[in-house]
Amino acid sequence: MAKQFLMNLLLAFIWVALTGALYYSNFLFGFGVGFFLMWVMNRGGTDDRYFTRVPKVIGFFLYFVYEMVKANIQVAYDVITPKYFMKPGIVKYPMNAKTDFEINMLSTVISLTPGTLIIDVSEDRKVLYIHVMYLRDKEQFIRQIKDGFERRLLEVIR
Amino acid sequence: MTDIIIGILCTLGALTILIAAVGILRMPDFYLRLSVTVKAATLGGGLLLSAAAVYFTDEVSVTTKALAIIFFLILTGPVAAHLIGRTAYVIGTEQWKGTIRDDLTGMYHKDSTEPGSGENAEENGGHEVPPAS
Repeated sequence: MAKQFLMNLLLAFIWVALTGALYYSNFLFGFGVGFFLMWVMNRGGTDDRYFTRVPKVIGFFLYFVYEMVKANIQVAYDVITPKYFMKPGIVKYPMNAKTDFEINMLSTVISLTPGTLIIDVSEDRKVLYIHVMYLRDKEQFIRQIKDGFERRLLEVIR
Repeated sequence: MTDIIIGILCTLGALTILIAAVGILRMPDFYLRLSVTVKAATLGGGLLLSAAAVYFTDEVSVTTKALAIIFFLILTGPVAAHLIGRTAYVIGTEQWKGTIRDDLTGMYHKDSTEPGSGENAEENGGHEVPPAS
């Protein structure tokens, strides 16, 4: 895993050194070329977790940006129009994340989406208390986070 | 082309921060204000900084600094928001009258600022004593 990532970085640096142009775009292109080469050479190999994980990281990033922009527009609409559409509430969210690092990442991601805010973590680390701005249905909200952020995040981390 | 990108990024960032500022005035209670402000400030600052990063593409040092600042904004913003919100709840800041649900009521143990999960309710007989505020 880490070995393959370092190998990929090394290939990217070799690409930059050979082409002689130190730009971000060139570095990213070299990273892509290195990734493709390693993928081709690893066909039928045993350890292919790295090759499924890199697309998942990119997919998670794009999903996060999409959710963030969507929620921002919703909140902005509520702020600039005179009527309040919000139904705030504090929800108990039972999480699947176990270790400290997973809980940390999950709460960072949830806190960064507008409309949701982590108030507290229970002392046995099973439950998050989330303040939600637009709470229509508790079960629906929990399902949305579970299928959206938590599943994707745990796929990336584990 | 670069000018258009910079213009779009700057406008979006300034608009986001403006909406956050209006939100501080308009939102009815503390938690909603916090909720509106922190995220919008992170996103707006990030957009303005990425505009700077695009503008200074020739100077690598400026771009790397901008990217590092965005990274640390994303890392530290939620932690601050979490601590402020938690402190507000523990000292008993009032919620808006339109609040429809509060699962955290009575979950704090006596003389402690750590809430239980409510999964093993029998040990305290269901509801615990709310914190002295």
